Amino acid sequence: MTDATRNNSGAGPGFAGLLGIFRRTEVGAFAGLLIIFVFFSYFGWDRNFLSPLGAASWLNFASTVGIIAIPIGFLMIAGELDISVGAMVPASKIVLAIAVGFFGLNIWIGILLTILIAGGIGWVNGMLVTRTNVPSLIVTLATLFAVGGLTLFFSILITDTTQLGLTDADTDAASEFIFGTYHTFRLGDENGLTLWQGVQSSVFIWLAIVAACYYFLHVSPWGNWVFALGGDKESARNAGIPINQLKIGLFMLTAVAASIVGISETVLSNSASTTTQFTMIFNTIIAVVVGGVLLTGGFGNVLGIAFGTTTLAIVQQGINYTTFDRNLSNLIIGVMLLIAVLMNETFRKMATNWSSAKK
Amino acid sequence: MSDKTPIIELRKVDKSFGPIDVLHEISLKVHEGEVLCLLGDNGAGKSTLIKTLAGVHAPTRGEILMDGNPVSFARPKDAQEAGIATVHQFGGTFPLMSIGRSFFAGVEPTKGFGPFRVYDRKKANEIAVKAVQDFGITRIDDGDRLVGGLSGGERQSLAIARAVHFGARVLILDEPTAALGVKQAAHVLRIVNEAKRRGLAVIFITHQVMHAMAVGDHFAVLIRGAIAADFRKGEKSREEIADLMAGGESMADLEANIEGYMETHEGHPPAPAR
Ligand SMILES: Nc1ncnc2c1ncn2[C@@H]1O[C@H](COP(=O)(O)OP(=O)(O)O)[C@@H](O)[C@H]1O
Ligand SMILES: [Mg+2]
Repeated sequence: MTDATRNNSGAGPGFAGLLGIFRRTEVGAFAGLLIIFVFFSYFGWDRNFLSPLGAASWLNFASTVGIIAIPIGFLMIAGELDISVGAMVPASKIVLAIAVGFFGLNIWIGILLTILIAGGIGWVNGMLVTRTNVPSLIVTLATLFAVGGLTLFFSILITDTTQLGLTDADTDAASEFIFGTYHTFRLGDENGLTLWQGVQSSVFIWLAIVAACYYFLHVSPWGNWVFALGGDKESARNAGIPINQLKIGLFMLTAVAASIVGISETVLSNSASTTTQFTMIFNTIIAVVVGGVLLTGGFGNVLGIAFGTTTLAIVQQGINYTTFDRNLSNLIIGVMLLIAVLMNETFRKMATNWSSAKK
Repeated sequence: MSDKTPIIELRKVDKSFGPIDVLHEISLKVHEGEVLCLLGDNGAGKSTLIKTLAGVHAPTRGEILMDGNPVSFARPKDAQEAGIATVHQFGGTFPLMSIGRSFFAGVEPTKGFGPFRVYDRKKANEIAVKAVQDFGITRIDDGDRLVGGLSGGERQSLAIARAVHFGARVLILDEPTAALGVKQAAHVLRIVNEAKRRGLAVIFITHQVMHAMAVGDHFAVLIRGAIAADFRKGEKSREEIADLMAGGESMADLEANIEGYMETHEGHPPAPAR
């Protein structure tokens, strides 16, 4: 990869070094995170941006977006998109609340059921995209509304309400520990050093998913199939990669990830609402793009997506712990997104345009 | 050479798309270590012919034989497994993947056991770089480089080296030099000669006389889906070949000849000119 930039720069090593940041988009994503973090730390110093509770606020936000953003990133690398997650999260919450809160099923059975249903909807997304060749943006726009409608319909039909709840008795200690409680860790006694405080279970789920997905995409042999699929579908098929199964699998993974966020939020708050989460759609896509995944597919990195998610979370939530006006956060995000897209595009051009004028 | 069994042979292959007859009674043989140059104007049916060989289309009539045995391919994958590899104009590889990763796409080398198998980057890079270097492209020495950073000729070379590495015996090149500069094209021609030296049967489509002359052993001119001329190197002068390829006088003669013949012979083409 070093040579790719060297070919294109034509100038001295200093110039190539300066452009080195473009060689790997996740490095750019990390630089962006660092800049935002330092900036917010400075302006949030007196407002507890860095305090355990302040950090928990943006980490918690990052985790719910981040769990979904990674499989969305896989899809984008593979050349697809899934916006139905906006309806998958509330659908999963309602399924769990109906199963456990309304019908009184055991929480673990409810969780299993929720994940299975989500997997089924992901499978439908995948089948529709691979069988019809309709762009996945449109297919998942359709399922976004269809699933949203079904959620509302069944919620009213079965329970006669759109707001459901669980009671404390519905969940057990293990399900709360894993899916939905606030974790605090202190060294020593009450007055000891607080390492973290008020951190949701979903943050740990997110970290586990980052590790597992990093392994899948960058270490295991199968990750290569995702890149190949996004790079050139026909060549990937000719190379013997089962592209349809792979795509269907990625849609299922995305839907299951959305259901895990739904389960986690429901167990944490003991409540579920049918409201479609349109902002989740935007947040996941922003996180992925700011994380250095190319809109054209074929390139991206799991750590980059995690960096992008954290950057987004700091700007969205961390801003409450700084002296900035909260209303500026969307402006910052818009500018950030634009810069990220331009950098990604520059990277793509440099990586794929060989100029015969060189050497 | 004619007494040896050709690696690949077509016998009276027709291809129609519904009512449109594109190929007429194509008969061709390619032996090992031989380059067949397929010449012909745009729309003559060259791409259709090679797609039929590559398993993209099934012939409407006629037979394809490999090593003297009839074969039929339901999918491109079947043709590939039989050892027929097609390399397209832009190399058909993955611009944003590293050389090692794209070389092994679909057949990644791994190390470790069971579910903990990991992609063996070092091995993939080493094998890929060695495979291209063996073809004389010594400029490629780092398997981590992105394919998109390679020149057009290097990309073609990589794709050819990949096909050969994975056991191709018949190499089909659809205008590999069309988009390349002189130096880059020379790269590719060198690779074609190397593939020939290694005993592959090569089917090479080109519009450039110089390129055809540089590697061809055997030339077939396709006009309106029929073989209008079929001759070996040395049987025609350079000028005649150039004229044929440029669509000059002898091409016009052949064309008129074929049309007249097919009209009066229920669509059957005449025997190819020698
Ligand atoms: N799938 C198809 N259906 C109908 N006609 C086709 C199809 N593919 C090719 N043809 C026709 O066959 C003729 C030969 O095309 P092609 O093989 O692409 O020529 P070449 O590669 O020599 O330029 C053209 O007239 C083209 O329109
Ligand atoms: Mg063609």
